[in-house]
Amino acid sequence: MAEKQRPLSPHLQIYRKQVQMMTSITHRATGIALAVGGLLVVCGLLQLAAGEDSFNRFKGIIGSPVGMVLLFGWSWALFYHLCNGIRHLIQDAGLGYEIPQFVRSSWLSVAGSIVLTAATWAWVMMAGGAA
Amino acid sequence: MGEFTLPRNSKIQPGKHYPAKDAKKPRTFRIYRWSPDDDKNPRIDTYEIDLAACGPMVLDALLKIKNEIDPTLSLRRSCREGICGSCAMNIDGTNTLACICAIDSVASGDVKIYPLPHMPVVKDIIPDLTHFYAQYASIKPWIRTQSPAPGKERLQSPEDRKKLDGLYECILCACCSTSCPSYWWNGDKYLGPAILLQAYRWIVDSRDETTGERLDDLEDPFKLYRCHTIMNCTRTCPKGLNPAKAIAEIKKLMVERRSA
Repeated sequence: MAEKQRPLSPHLQIYRKQVQMMTSITHRATGIALAVGGLLVVCGLLQLAAGEDSFNRFKGIIGSPVGMVLLFGWSWALFYHLCNGIRHLIQDAGLGYEIPQFVRSSWLSVAGSIVLTAATWAWVMMAGGAA
Repeated sequence: MGEFTLPRNSKIQPGKHYPAKDAKKPRTFRIYRWSPDDDKNPRIDTYEIDLAACGPMVLDALLKIKNEIDPTLSLRRSCREGICGSCAMNIDGTNTLACICAIDSVASGDVKIYPLPHMPVVKDIIPDLTHFYAQYASIKPWIRTQSPAPGKERLQSPEDRKKLDGLYECILCACCSTSCPSYWWNGDKYLGPAILLQAYRWIVDSRDETTGERLDDLEDPFKLYRCHTIMNCTRTCPKGLNPAKAIAEIKKLMVERRSA
């Protein structure tokens, strides 16, 4: 047999993007995003502790269009991670392992996160705008 | 940690094209090719065949290509009825057995065929399963007892026998393990869904007397707990089994015996 390096067969590149795989990778991605978002909260608290001027500056940054997009993204990430986290808890109890069940629960996590994000922002807007 | 892109020697190049001559019912197959006999990278060859003169399954098409168009195409197959597991491969983006996958079940467009994902390739669509089999051996897939052997066979109640349903049918085709992203990134240490389902098959067997030892062997950050309930395994199993559920049951047993 020829002594040569065998190629690695393609994987992510070719595997069908099914909902259960996409919700799983999104769970991890939102987890990472939330860890970064947590730093932002700490920043805000530090600015608040540093006095009114610095907190106003922080509010200015977070209230800018870029800041709003980030806030919106983080709020969705939070709700998605929450919904899908509950789904994982249920699965850890040994439930929801039939194919139609986990396909449905995957979509439920996505739908739930969108509904919760929309509801939260509707409430924020009605309460007089963000930040 | 996972490598998300293919190494340089594994990047896929465009390949040859074999057009069909006056086919009544043409269908195009795009197949992954690699040979150890030259220094070229893997490529995708395109074959057009006439389904009017071909059996109904993807395996029939592959054998037709091998017999009539390109004898250099290499593949494993044996039983052609879904019981040996030899012809496991990635068809139309998911893993299944070519012999029980109807060509018509592949949505319109070209039929794309790759080896089982994230495996070393021996040739064309034949993956190297050495590591997979070694992992299987590592769980000691045979009955282990401590009590003296009875005069006759070891008996099992119908209820206990029922616990093996959905487990004993596994044919170790490796479709599930090679569909699992966790197994892609950590397959060196994570046992993967097929081997864990087999492990559970012996854990729940009422005749086996080493359940504790079997659980001890799996109590490891990688062997068992790299399962993140992604569920690709269950979705792709060509035998309709549920490896994800079997893994969940092992995890539950781990918790139960710790709190006992």
